Amino acid sequence: MIISRQITQRIAFVLLTAATILTAAPIVLVVGYIAVVGAPAITVDFLASAPHDGMRAGGIWPAIVGTLYLTLGTGVIAVPLGIAAAIYLAEYAKDNRLTRAIRIAIINLAGIPSVVYGLFGLGLFVLFLRFGTSIIAGCLTLSIMTLPVIISTAEEALRAVPQSFRVVSISLGGTKWQTIRRVVLPEALPGILTGVILGLERAAGETAPILFTAAAFFLPRLPNSIFDATMALPYHLFVISTQVPGMPLKVQYGTALVLLTFVLSMNLIATMIRSRARARRQW
Amino acid sequence: MNHANAKIVVETLSVQYDDGTESLRDISLAIPANQITVLFGPAGGGKSTLLRALNRLNDLVDGVRLGGKIYLDGEDMTGASVDTVALRRRVGMVFAQPVPLPMTVRQNVTYGLELAGVRDSRKKEAAVEKALRAAALWDEVKDRLNAPAAALSGGQQQRLCLARVLALEPEVVLLDEPTSGLDPISTAKVEESLQEIKRDYTIVIVPHSVQQAARIADYAAFFLQGELVEHGAGQELFLAPKDKRTEDYVTGRFG
Repeated sequence: MIISRQITQRIAFVLLTAATILTAAPIVLVVGYIAVVGAPAITVDFLASAPHDGMRAGGIWPAIVGTLYLTLGTGVIAVPLGIAAAIYLAEYAKDNRLTRAIRIAIINLAGIPSVVYGLFGLGLFVLFLRFGTSIIAGCLTLSIMTLPVIISTAEEALRAVPQSFRVVSISLGGTKWQTIRRVVLPEALPGILTGVILGLERAAGETAPILFTAAAFFLPRLPNSIFDATMALPYHLFVISTQVPGMPLKVQYGTALVLLTFVLSMNLIATMIRSRARARRQW
Repeated sequence: MNHANAKIVVETLSVQYDDGTESLRDISLAIPANQITVLFGPAGGGKSTLLRALNRLNDLVDGVRLGGKIYLDGEDMTGASVDTVALRRRVGMVFAQPVPLPMTVRQNVTYGLELAGVRDSRKKEAAVEKALRAAALWDEVKDRLNAPAAALSGGQQQRLCLARVLALEPEVVLLDEPTSGLDPISTAKVEESLQEIKRDYTIVIVPHSVQQAARIADYAAFFLQGELVEHGAGQELFLAPKDKRTEDYVTGRFG
């Protein structure tokens, strides 16, 4: 039987639209459900006080602060390192066996399951370097996980800067570094920042890498130094969902909502930076 | 010409690419100071390669091998130990496509100066006006110095690129088909400013047509497939070429 072209076209349209809706629906449902169930839990007390009564009451303040510390600390380590590596790969590295190997290593690093990073961090930072379960060990572990994202997006952003800008700058008596610092980096910055935020956002939401390296089950106070363990939102969520019997549901969803808001607002900032830079661009 | 008033002397220069193709073959040429020297000929003749050899921009391309010598004021510029950054400040370059840097008009002009370490803002201001005047652009942009350079028209952008080079007060200005993308009026303005500035600078230009070559040449060199066929004073070469191939090209029989 021959189906007319119009009907084929109609079927294709319906199928493609359905696929799109099917993909978008879970996102809307997840966010919506968490928001609806979790919202009643969100009070000043919930956000700003420590948990008590075996974590069944009180708030999540130490976990919020812990996640902030971990994210910031990861940024401090991974951002300069990642951008520097990206500059090397994009601007200085010749295409040879060594740099190809480095690139393959970075790509593979991005594919490693996050629990493996956690185990590696436990072995290297917690045990071998004797940092103990601590913020610093968690940040270092998260940094290793985040670096591939930062390096590859930053390298891509640097490569997108027109070659002619570099030639012009060199021809005006610029050194390679002057050219990078004054022309290439400013041009690539929005793209680099997007990568940075996307990487840090992943670090903020991960549980496995901090499971053995930084996270404390329960800590009534805030950490005092980078060598202290800390509570963190994703791990806290894991704990109150699986380890504490009789946990009120709205506390779990409230915690999830806070974590989600944290991560999504980072996403929003990244999007804003990108669209702003695009609007400003005139060349 | 004798070498006494030559700014640049090219001696048995050859440029080869890694894949074996030869871009320039055994070129010897003296470029006179304070004149407009025109390098012309059909595409692929090696004119741009020679320009890029003069301020070592070929260094940026992998797999280029260079033989022979290039003397600037009697000093060899081809060695590995030559300070290419200093050389490029003495020998500036304007490209075929105007590439304004992603900054304001003013910042484009002061860019090279700032790279060279000039901090004094009064000095920079003065240089901006002087360079833009020399490039015949001042009147058009004096009220738009803080506008993005990319907002200028193509012809204005190309004169901005010239101004940007002149701000460094180089000794030699290289121009690679600087008017290829411009309308006749902008072209005339660029040519006019070249005539103005040759008092202070040595100019080497790859023109975008034989007509332009004939219009502006004080001294001319004809390139064909990597070979320097003939060179001499502009009028002589265009009116009475010695080589048959030059004559054929100049009279429009090929090219």
